Amino acid sequence: MTTLDTGPAAAPRPSFFNDPVIRGIVYQLVVAALLIAFIAWIVGNTATNLAAQNKTTGFDFLWKTAGFDISFSLLPWTRASIYWEAFLVGITNTLLVAFIGIVAATILGFTIGIARLSSNFIVSTLATIYVETIRNIPLLLQLFFWYFAVLKAMPAVRDSIVLPLDSFINQRGIFVPKPIPDPQFGFVWIGLALAIIGVIVLRTWAKKRLEATGKRFPVFLSSVAVLVIVPAIVWFISGASVAFDPPVLERFNFKGGLQLPPEFVALLFGLTIYTASFIAETVRGGIQAVSRGQTEAAMSLGLKEGDRLRLVIVPQAMRVIVPPLTSQYLNLTKNSSLGAAIGYPELVNVFSGTALNQTGRAIECIALTMLVYLTFSLLTSAIMNWYNARVSLVER
Amino acid sequence: MTEVSATTQDRATPHMTVSKTNVAIEVIGMHKWYADFHVLRDINLKVMEGERIVIAGPSGSGKSTLIRCINRLEEHQEGQIIVNGTELTADIKRIDEVRREVGMVFQHFNLFPHLTILQNLTLAPIWVRGIPKAEAEATAMHYLERVKIPEQANKFPGQLSGGQQQRVAIARSLCMQPKIMLFDEPTSALDPEMVKEVLEVMISLAEDGMTMICVTHEMGFARQVANRVIFMDQGQIIEQNEPEAFFSNPQHERTKLFLSQILH
Repeated sequence: MTTLDTGPAAAPRPSFFNDPVIRGIVYQLVVAALLIAFIAWIVGNTATNLAAQNKTTGFDFLWKTAGFDISFSLLPWTRASIYWEAFLVGITNTLLVAFIGIVAATILGFTIGIARLSSNFIVSTLATIYVETIRNIPLLLQLFFWYFAVLKAMPAVRDSIVLPLDSFINQRGIFVPKPIPDPQFGFVWIGLALAIIGVIVLRTWAKKRLEATGKRFPVFLSSVAVLVIVPAIVWFISGASVAFDPPVLERFNFKGGLQLPPEFVALLFGLTIYTASFIAETVRGGIQAVSRGQTEAAMSLGLKEGDRLRLVIVPQAMRVIVPPLTSQYLNLTKNSSLGAAIGYPELVNVFSGTALNQTGRAIECIALTMLVYLTFSLLTSAIMNWYNARVSLVER
Repeated sequence: MTEVSATTQDRATPHMTVSKTNVAIEVIGMHKWYADFHVLRDINLKVMEGERIVIAGPSGSGKSTLIRCINRLEEHQEGQIIVNGTELTADIKRIDEVRREVGMVFQHFNLFPHLTILQNLTLAPIWVRGIPKAEAEATAMHYLERVKIPEQANKFPGQLSGGQQQRVAIARSLCMQPKIMLFDEPTSALDPEMVKEVLEVMISLAEDGMTMICVTHEMGFARQVANRVIFMDQGQIIEQNEPEAFFSNPQHERTKLFLSQILH
């Protein structure tokens, strides 16, 4: 008997209520309806409340004079500045502490993480104590410690502790000489830029030569030499100089110099030390995730220890380290908002604190602030995802 | 256990010559401990150039530890190990010198998963021997052809079957053009049908006169390729003999028991 092959026979439909497709549609409709109702209720409620309190909405307040002081700002700030500028000051202050914090926490975290794996008992024990202590104490408490117990406990201005190089430390912060480069100094920056380009060229050339002739070139040492020597020569020839404006104690305070306020230093210390303990764990886990067999295979091929790490272990460890490292960077950035508790004028403090209190535009201020953190976070993860895709493994 | 086909058996023996004068590896009165545990006791072993040795024994007898001492993946505490005339001590330079000339194949392949097959093969020649990349790649392709998988050159290890990965691992060691090859249970982690392809590569290596020490349970391979079979138990060499004599006329009770359990 011949049968016509018409593809798979249509499966018998299950009864209406047991059909997964129909169930799926029903569930989605119910969820969508609930969500729309909830949003409508929130919006209506907010509008009614705002009307009852005679409040207006809108972003027009951004162009009104702010009229308050900000203790620390990278941008020019006076009492006559407008709210929009306060917003920007908050963003730059947040970015400043987050950027320096990320760099410092990465260096400290990698060092501690590798130290935990050290075969030296004292080194690994100290690293373990660091990690287990720091990551188990709340960050806010650590910020209070650095701010109130350490920096605010410093002597008064008159009795400042004198540090080398015309620097001073007292309860108003750390005072260091302010470098004032003369116009010629621009050439040194150009020299440095040229040196960086030179190092990139050198590395490419060294790699090409290795591939062509098999000869190795001391890339690291020569790169350092280029980075130091080229700007030094430019400095010497151009006769550029840097004047230093040292802080000088006057009647009530220091004049001149560069002041690092205790709020900034405490927040930076707290964020760096706290986040580094998590990064250390990430790094330790990443290196341990590379199996012992990889090291043994590299050893048995005669690769030296430095090459084993650089060519075999680190590239594999990095793909384990990068995703959790990304979330630590995001955490540090978001945790910088705790600076509000010790008076560092970062975004939350300035904009969702002072500006909100003065204008009463709670929804607008909070929304803008949220938008900023969301943008930072999404940008950071986009960059890290791109990097992660580059280093990820092909499995099949 | 896998029987290797008759054709390979026929061409197995003729070229395999063992040097009478040149010693490849010499182990003299060697002991090793893991803390209090005495893993290797008074090992004495002399391997001539071109010799093919199979080490057998129950698990935990110290077979793997012994060959891992020969390229210093493990440290010995007493006695001497001399490889190609270089004595292994704590001296890092000497260790690297020995490792350059001694290839090793592992039970779990240990290919570098982040590098392509070709990069796996050229890494050590480029960075250890200082061979130009183009030349290293040519050598790599030569050995990939020899292990019959040149078409996989640009894939990653994760994309290959176990048998293919192990053949790549053998090719990776050969690219360093070693004088001695150590095999640490190279077929134990493979599916049965892949064992044969790996053993065939090992047999063809033996034909070319490579000095080999294999820790393996493949008694068919031992019978066919080895000039000597060494039986170890509890960290000691219990007996050693030519394969025929070893299998047909074992001297010690422990050897007899072991053979009765693995030869059905």
